Amino acid sequence: MLENFKILRSHGKQFIPDITQPNLPATFKGRPIISTEEIDNQELMAICPTEAIADDNGITIDIGKCTFCGECAFRFPHKVKFSNDYKTATNDRRSLIIKEGEEQIIRIDQTIIRKEIKSLFGRSLRLREVSAGGDNSSELELNATVNPNFDLARFGIDWVPSPRHADGLVLTGPISKNMAEALQICWDAIPYPKFLILAGTDAISGGIFTGSPAIDRSFLDDKVVDLYVPGNPVHPLTFVNGILELTRKIKS
Amino acid sequence: MEKLLETKNNLPVRIADIPVVPYSKFFEVITFLLRSQDYHILSYIAYPTEEGLKFICAIADDPNKSISVVSHIIPKGAPLKVYSMMPKYDVFHSFERDIHEKYGVMFEDNHFLKPLRYSHDRVNQESVITDYPFYKIEGNELHEVGVGPIHAGIIEPGHFRFLCAGERVLHLEIQLGWQHRGIEYLFLQKQKLNQRATLAEQVAGDTAVGHALAYSQAIESLAGLKIRERLNYERVIALELERIGMHLFDLSNLCTGAAYQLGNATLGVLRTPTINFFQTWCGNRFAKGLIRPGGSFYPFTMDLKEKMLAYLDNMEERYMAIADKFLNLSGIVLRFQDIGTLTRKQMYMIGAVGVTAKMAGLKRDSRWSHPFAGYHDLHHEPVTFDTGDIYARIQVRHYEILQSIKYLRRIAEIMNYDSPTPQPLTDENLRLAKNCLTFSITEGWRGEIVHTAITDDEGKICCYKIKDPSMHNWWALALSLRDREISDFPINNKSYDLSYCGHDL
Repeated sequence: MLENFKILRSHGKQFIPDITQPNLPATFKGRPIISTEEIDNQELMAICPTEAIADDNGITIDIGKCTFCGECAFRFPHKVKFSNDYKTATNDRRSLIIKEGEEQIIRIDQTIIRKEIKSLFGRSLRLREVSAGGDNSSELELNATVNPNFDLARFGIDWVPSPRHADGLVLTGPISKNMAEALQICWDAIPYPKFLILAGTDAISGGIFTGSPAIDRSFLDDKVVDLYVPGNPVHPLTFVNGILELTRKIKS
Repeated sequence: MEKLLETKNNLPVRIADIPVVPYSKFFEVITFLLRSQDYHILSYIAYPTEEGLKFICAIADDPNKSISVVSHIIPKGAPLKVYSMMPKYDVFHSFERDIHEKYGVMFEDNHFLKPLRYSHDRVNQESVITDYPFYKIEGNELHEVGVGPIHAGIIEPGHFRFLCAGERVLHLEIQLGWQHRGIEYLFLQKQKLNQRATLAEQVAGDTAVGHALAYSQAIESLAGLKIRERLNYERVIALELERIGMHLFDLSNLCTGAAYQLGNATLGVLRTPTINFFQTWCGNRFAKGLIRPGGSFYPFTMDLKEKMLAYLDNMEERYMAIADKFLNLSGIVLRFQDIGTLTRKQMYMIGAVGVTAKMAGLKRDSRWSHPFAGYHDLHHEPVTFDTGDIYARIQVRHYEILQSIKYLRRIAEIMNYDSPTPQPLTDENLRLAKNCLTFSITEGWRGEIVHTAITDDEGKICCYKIKDPSMHNWWALALSLRDREISDFPINNKSYDLSYCGHDL
């Protein structure tokens, strides 16, 4: 018994007391910042493996498409930098498109959150995760949200096995054709009111699987997405902060 | 005996040099070699050529660190029908299903010729994943239990169908394919180096280093690029860190399976600094972006060395405290010993690799048999156990963690930090050997990963095949449950921790 306590004590305090505050190392690739430096835009755009970089009256990077490989930042270090800002979850798809010359913090637009989300899910929330072609990295990171470090359960938020017990669905993966029907059945089994979260680049845009004949994203055609959580994979801090901001009356 | 072409890991051969033999010879030489457990099937693929459908089979000779290659062609217009090698060796069953699904080849006497992964380009488009022909036994006392594709936890989808007599499982059939994303097809469509590297990292996102390294070495060998010691050592560091992280995750999960909360919490917590070290090194907790053909954007600096050694000291001490405890805890030992036991013979027949082979005494570890990157200098000796039960799978992981810690310290010491880490290759200066084939083998934390790349007469990749260790190892899970209690399924499943997406591609 004493030995067990000794083992526990050797691990010290593991939880992050204020989940909105930790700093990630400078190397972490979070929200990109694009300068106005003049470069060959075509050359920069050609680097990107997922066509996340575009020229729309200046360079833009869509972090809903970006796989965060960071190659653009290595080839054009004065043009593109990845900051370690992990608070990149948003309910507005357009705000994932980062524009050059703008130091653009990504937030959750409180004015477009559906009313029932804050009133019903503000204190207790149960989520069902579905991986539809996910590569098990975002899945592992979503598992990590409830580990002793990030400890999402302390906020009354937890993962449940049955869609019948869930308030929302968290989707990972580009949606493989073979999973399309099972995903729809799972969604239908969640009682109203319910919400939908896309976790990771693959889920948000298809990522590197865009154009694959083995993918079927029609599930998303008639759905309102309540939260986009970028990342490859999603960082637990991005997810936890996003879900708290979406459902809680906290200041961002 | 026909003369076979001999090659090695990452040594390209000209397609024209691979002997083409009639199927009877093809069958004979392959099955002859496999009589010895020193040999195993590395890769068995088929791809369309101008002459017809070409079959290439690679057999690895583990103690001699060599690979024998032989091929066979079914000419255009000839019936797509050959006899199966499955009745001799079960290992062929998945390969033949793959070829059957994709090209419609009939393998006579393969009684299990069902769709493997319902790939988008399957010949029989009428077969759908929701209508899989499960093996059935009729009887009043029997019942079926179906689980999935969506499971209770946050994991990938797959379907398990148990045929039970009460609590006893007579047969478990694992139906996969739900995760199929068309990776091998995309490898040919998306031709930029970093597109393919990104794809390789997503074959199985929990083995990003293992697969990205297999891909990088395939490209490097076809480009005739020699990799220097510095980069090779950095790659060993990445691969061993990935192994420690995932082994800790599995041990933590197995503790949950035995309701041992202290083990679950502490081992899970120890994984955090492991993957956070990747985050410090390359900005990604799963090391996506770290491994690239020809070089790296993230040199392993002296500063990182100090950080890694400090992390290892701290982690090892805390790990040993809990490992000593849980490996000897009666609750753990009783729950895991003699459960899901398999024999060496069984593992050899299904072609098991990695942890799944080593736990039953079958020495399969490409760090030893087909060394790559910096492993030539480490003289790795695989950890094996003879018992073949869940406890053996735990022990293999435990000793591999200790081995990896040792290797990390050694590499960090002997690496020459003054020689620069080269930059990754770029598309502009890339020239691949024409009409060549290369096998690229790495040892991921689950086991042997094989990427097979073939180039056409312009030096473009025209066939790219990926074999994740899970392709064979799923059969170990199915066998583990045979004649056992269905309640032992969760811990058996966790004890293998196989990849769905790696299998489905």
